[in-house]
Amino acid sequence: MTLQESPVLRVRDLRVTYYTDAGRVTAVNGVSFDLAAGERLGLVGESGCGKSTLALALMRMIKPPGRIESGSAVVRTEHGEMDLLALDEESMRKARLSVISYIPQGAMNALNPVLRVGQQMLDALQAHAPHLSRAEMRARAEAALASVELPKDVFDRYPHELSGGMKQRVCIAIGILLSPRVIIADEPTSALDVVVQRQVMETLQRVQEQLGAALILIGHDMGLMAQVTHRVAVMYAGQFVEVSPVQAMFTQPLHPYTQALIQSLPRLDNRGVFRSLPGVAPSLLRLPSGCVFHPRCAQVMEVCRREPPPAVHTADARFVLCHLYGDDENVAPRATLTTSPQEVRR
Amino acid sequence: MTPLLELRNVSKAYMRGVFGRERFVALQGVDLALDEARPTIIAIAGESGSGKSTLGLLVLGLLQPTEGVVLYRGKAVSTLRGADYQRFRREVQAVFQDPFAVFNPFYKVDHLLQVPIEKFKLARSRHEARRMMEDALQAVGLRPEEVLGRYPHQLSGGQRQRIAVARALVLKPRLLVADEPVSMVDASLRAAILESLRRMRDEHGISILYITHDLTTAYHVADSILVLYAGRVVEAGEVERVIRAPKHPYTQLLIDSIPWPDVTQPWGSKPLAKREGERASVGSGCRFAPRCPSAMPHCWQRVPPLYRLAPEHVVACYLYESEQAAQADIARA
Repeated sequence: MTLQESPVLRVRDLRVTYYTDAGRVTAVNGVSFDLAAGERLGLVGESGCGKSTLALALMRMIKPPGRIESGSAVVRTEHGEMDLLALDEESMRKARLSVISYIPQGAMNALNPVLRVGQQMLDALQAHAPHLSRAEMRARAEAALASVELPKDVFDRYPHELSGGMKQRVCIAIGILLSPRVIIADEPTSALDVVVQRQVMETLQRVQEQLGAALILIGHDMGLMAQVTHRVAVMYAGQFVEVSPVQAMFTQPLHPYTQALIQSLPRLDNRGVFRSLPGVAPSLLRLPSGCVFHPRCAQVMEVCRREPPPAVHTADARFVLCHLYGDDENVAPRATLTTSPQEVRR
Repeated sequence: MTPLLELRNVSKAYMRGVFGRERFVALQGVDLALDEARPTIIAIAGESGSGKSTLGLLVLGLLQPTEGVVLYRGKAVSTLRGADYQRFRREVQAVFQDPFAVFNPFYKVDHLLQVPIEKFKLARSRHEARRMMEDALQAVGLRPEEVLGRYPHQLSGGQRQRIAVARALVLKPRLLVADEPVSMVDASLRAAILESLRRMRDEHGISILYITHDLTTAYHVADSILVLYAGRVVEAGEVERVIRAPKHPYTQLLIDSIPWPDVTQPWGSKPLAKREGERASVGSGCRFAPRCPSAMPHCWQRVPPLYRLAPEHVVACYLYESEQAAQADIARA
């Protein structure tokens, strides 16, 4: 599996709006990105920036008052390409788990307490792959448990008999039951201890590599992103403000928001230095004019208050949404946003 | 001088099983003292099931120790009555782990802030109460007009947790038990909350028990750290020493597993001996022995005592047996 192939997921101009009593809220505002097979993309941002909404939109699980307004999300499978956002309900239902799977936040607490783990896995298979025989289903479920390094007897155990880490492994096992092309994991380890977190992440990474699936890892733990992902997308008020290879993101962040985010991180060498972002994330109901980040930006210019920033694709395959980089000569004019293989393989 | 808080050989066992015949020791023989004149932030670190939350609940008086005693201003917390109890209730505050569980879904979030102000008669007027609430909310990075008047389900977990921190701030306590206060808060705002914890210590002289599994934030906010494993203190000391040069194999494993936000510092150079969820029976020995890469035969025989490596650093591991055996006293740890 090489990463030069055409992307396994191509998202273009995705927009999701919630029609709330207080007004219209655009939670995902024109997001575009590509994802290569085997690639791990980190998706970070403050709560309410739209990262979970983006995941739900890709799963077509946005419920009223939310609505997907526009966009496409094309997944390449062995049977050709399909636009998840254009599928009818029944095809989308089948695509979930077999084409794209979602491990939601707190998934481990969503396991049914009165059903054995194995039964819950069989239910998932029954719903999404009814053509399989009973024996095949059982074999798949057991293989999935084995691939997340759980002992065989977990199949016959109840969720309360498992530790948090083991439950999270069960959720990963369910996520990979039907070998999806894209796995979305929303804060898969946020409730776990560091040692367990590391073990679970190593497992998730390994099964994702074995499947050759792309992984979207949603979270706000930049440390985890630095350790696990190839590329990081930073989301702010419904938009991607920067997408960069992980190395570049941490050593040379482009967007002032990313810069502030990186600076706010606790490291070994800056003990007791608390640099938090000034201000509060904007209310999506009343977005600032021009660049949505300008009220909190340390490098704000006059133009930022007036005009929305340009989408800049740099020569080294980075993306940034900022006026600072609009006229830079280092910046290639609208190169396509693709990942360079060298950058991705760390 | 009487310490603000003192734990003397505190143990807590839970009875499990149908007839309570199974004894599960959550915490075993913990000593700790906090001096009011020297407000400190002590991090209590460990994995789930290590007893760190039990320790917090004991300090809050929500649990009674099975053995030993928890003293507040020299009096056992379980015997506090009347004015002493009122004082304890105001001076010792808590912020809990789960921002979803602390709210009553039928009340607006204002309720959580109003109740303590009314109960302890902190404000003379409605206007003053309102101002106190707004100040506290701003101190944790929230816009009062965006959260007041709303119901818990309309707010994110991060917002709710910050309201819980604001509630504690309103009461200007002497001791705050903060059980994972930032684990569900955005990275960009963690710094703000940690900074406000530190300001509580520096400006208001509030001591804080910072219970966490996140050693990065512990390192940044705490003065000292106490690492628990399976209910026992395995290492304690000045935070800079413990995090920079951990001595106990468990602390070493923990620190090695921290995902530092630094691509040049990959996690996990140390192999993991055992998976989670497997806690072999160790009988009378060191609880960590089954997972320990340096376990020796006598580790399985009896529990190692705390060895003092430096005035501000103790470790419970036979690797350091040659070091002078420390008293169980880790008061200034």
